[in-house]
Amino acid sequence: MNKKKVISLVVRYSVYGLVALFFFWAIRNHYFDYIFTESSTFWHLIKQHLQLVLVSSVLALLIAIPGGILVTRKSFRRAEWVVSNTVNLGQTIPSLAVLALMISILGIGFKTAVFALFIYSLLPMYRNTVAGIDSIDENLIDAARGMGMKPVQILFRIELPNAAYSILAGVRTAIVLNIGTAALAYVVGGGGLGVWIFTGIQLFDNGYLISGAIPVTLLAIFVDYLLRLLERLIVPEGSKPPQEM
Amino acid sequence: MEKWMKFLEVNSSRIFDLTIEHAILVGLAILVALLIGVPLGIYLTTNDYLAETVLQIASVMLTIPSIALFGVMIPVFSIVNQGIGFVPAFVALVLYAQLPIIRNTYTAIRNVNPQMRDAAIGLGMKPIQRLFRVEIPNAFPVIMAGIRTAVVINIGIGVIAAYIGAGGLGVLITQGISRGDNYLIITGSVAVAILAMIADGILLWIQKRFTPKSIAN
Amino acid sequence: MITFDKTTKTYEGNVTAVKGVDFTVEKGEIVVLLGPSGCGKTTLLRMVNRLESISEGKITIDGQDSMSLNQTALRRKIGYVIQSNGLFPNMTIEENTMIVPDLLGWSKKEKKERFHKLMEMIGLSGEKFGKRYPHELSGGQQQRIGVIRALAADPPVMLMDEPFGALDPIIREKIQDEFLQIQKEVKKTILFVSHDIDEAIKMADKIVLLRGGELMQYDTPSEMLVRPKNEFVREFFGKDRAIKSLSLHTIEDLRDMIGLAEFDDAIADTKTINVNHDLRNTLSMLLNQEADQVIVSDDDGNKLGAITIDIVQQYLHYEIKAKPAPVLEGV
Ligand SMILES: Nc1ncnc2c1ncn2[C@@H]1O[C@H](COP(=O)(O)OP(=O)(O)O)[C@@H](O)[C@H]1O
Ligand SMILES: [Mg+2]
Repeated sequence: MNKKKVISLVVRYSVYGLVALFFFWAIRNHYFDYIFTESSTFWHLIKQHLQLVLVSSVLALLIAIPGGILVTRKSFRRAEWVVSNTVNLGQTIPSLAVLALMISILGIGFKTAVFALFIYSLLPMYRNTVAGIDSIDENLIDAARGMGMKPVQILFRIELPNAAYSILAGVRTAIVLNIGTAALAYVVGGGGLGVWIFTGIQLFDNGYLISGAIPVTLLAIFVDYLLRLLERLIVPEGSKPPQEM
Repeated sequence: MEKWMKFLEVNSSRIFDLTIEHAILVGLAILVALLIGVPLGIYLTTNDYLAETVLQIASVMLTIPSIALFGVMIPVFSIVNQGIGFVPAFVALVLYAQLPIIRNTYTAIRNVNPQMRDAAIGLGMKPIQRLFRVEIPNAFPVIMAGIRTAVVINIGIGVIAAYIGAGGLGVLITQGISRGDNYLIITGSVAVAILAMIADGILLWIQKRFTPKSIAN
Repeated sequence: MITFDKTTKTYEGNVTAVKGVDFTVEKGEIVVLLGPSGCGKTTLLRMVNRLESISEGKITIDGQDSMSLNQTALRRKIGYVIQSNGLFPNMTIEENTMIVPDLLGWSKKEKKERFHKLMEMIGLSGEKFGKRYPHELSGGQQQRIGVIRALAADPPVMLMDEPFGALDPIIREKIQDEFLQIQKEVKKTILFVSHDIDEAIKMADKIVLLRGGELMQYDTPSEMLVRPKNEFVREFFGKDRAIKSLSLHTIEDLRDMIGLAEFDDAIADTKTINVNHDLRNTLSMLLNQEADQVIVSDDDGNKLGAITIDIVQQYLHYEIKAKPAPVLEGV
């Protein structure tokens, strides 16, 4: 084995070691105990969290992807500039603020949180849909038109398959981000695992803090991994980027 | 609108202070992230195994929800009596900034035209000369793009830091939420957005100013 | 048969890319659109399958006004090949090749058979390449797939926009030869854009030479070389263009194809040259009138016949364009 490989392995296992050490330390200090002593609350919060993410992500998906497709149609090209800049500007507003501002419109509760998360998920999905479609070589579309494909056929056979990688990456980014932002739903009374995190912060109770924070983290990492697998299945073999890191 | 103007007038010095606090928190975190990330990114180009490992770890790091990472920092840093305040927020921000900086440095240096590298070798440049005269100047725009991404991400995440007592513009928003005061929330948000735009603008200017003319496009 | 009738194209912003062009492409012929960059070749080509609208005049295909035809149906009957091959990265080679048959609703079996037949034509194994993706093929292979994809549904007409332009010279020549071979079999009516004079001379039954959207001359390559209609045409082909192309051939080639003239022992002022001499040198010798008669001999010094300017010109006519030997007349 060469030296470079050894360095890489040392780094990798040191990180694993640190993570293991953290868990060991947390367990020894009983920081995970609430998950078991208040397990019904825990599962309730998880369920709420997943609902927040699922509902808002699906809504965003249904708006952002068709929106991105629509904006890249020839007749709507002019609208793209306006839409894209509006959406980009939206992104500079902090997620916490989006949530907070929704209170004055929708009041406090689950719906407010869902709506804010939905708004916040639009951008990565929309942006990657547009970027994915825009990055397709003009010549491909030209060839497709030249051989007598209709616009709908071009969309479904050429544009979407070749933009799939980018679109799905946007969806993944948005959903993972969403899992994290959903942890802030607590501040608008939307529930979710954020409830324990914020309780922990406010009460200086490390148990609540860790019992909320670690599951959210694992959820985000796990969903990210799952969606990467899904990408590998869905994206057509030939239009995957040359190498993945 | 009028009420809002009045509000701004009354609170202007406080808003200014919080903005500075926010900028310092993010600025220091980015500075440290740069000192770690850029050399690391450069080193990774010489070790593919390590590159894979490090980029994987950094990309997992970026998926960790911000409030969760801040949360975890509290008990960890309370071991050294720094559980609340600047330190945990600062460390979390340094971690978040790593991926864009390391990844962009690594890819940029790796993608420097091999012919250019060969030419440099042919001219008898030593590796260190090559790095500073050929590779870094050519990789500069991409590295800067990574830094800009990191800065914009951090300014946004820095808002959440208010919840763990690290101050900054997030304070306006959290107070606005607890008091149900939309002026505070909007002012905080606008200030954050403006800060992000200014920071990005300055970095973009630096990027353009110091990019060799021949490779700017 | 494709007829251009005062065809004109004006883009938005008043760029007139094609100005009142008139010519007819006969069935089964290759017509090369030739001219400097920006002279309107691509535009003219793309008006045929209506990727560009026609501003004035019309284009008729087999007597039917192209604008009166259903756009999709029209395009499916016209093969279209572009320089950047336009292969779809998300589809395998087989899917790419069979896309028009697929759109036309062919059965699985028909498509499979057709695919293998086409692959055979270009000497690639359908088994081996069918399931691969475009990026796994070389540039030359990709371009050939682009060509057979256009041929897939056996369209009577083909439009080819600098189809071999991105290939390196050696591969390009090989593919040109291969394509001419295929054309002998399939006899498509082909419009072929090129900015390469040598390619045009080689591929064309007739050349349309364009300048600034206007038709300068429409003729066979040899006519155009020998009898340019105006200064532009003359300049464009260059004074030594035809001669240049002759340097690739020897007297032997000419003798195999056309035969030599009888030599006349009575003429005193003769010169003898070897049959392996290239035609370019031979021609300059003839033009310089170094002797009244030039006799060709083989390596052993046997006199094989005489060579004249006329014969070289004839040869230029036929051989350089890879056409079958003409019936010998008056030689
Ligand atoms: N879509 C377009 N809009 C405006 N002008 C165009 C367009 N396409 C081509 N042109 C112009 O028309 C002329 C002919 O272009 P083209 O047909 O592409 O030439 P060629 O294929 O011979 O290089 C050029 O001057 C070009 O700039
Ligand atoms: Mg062209």
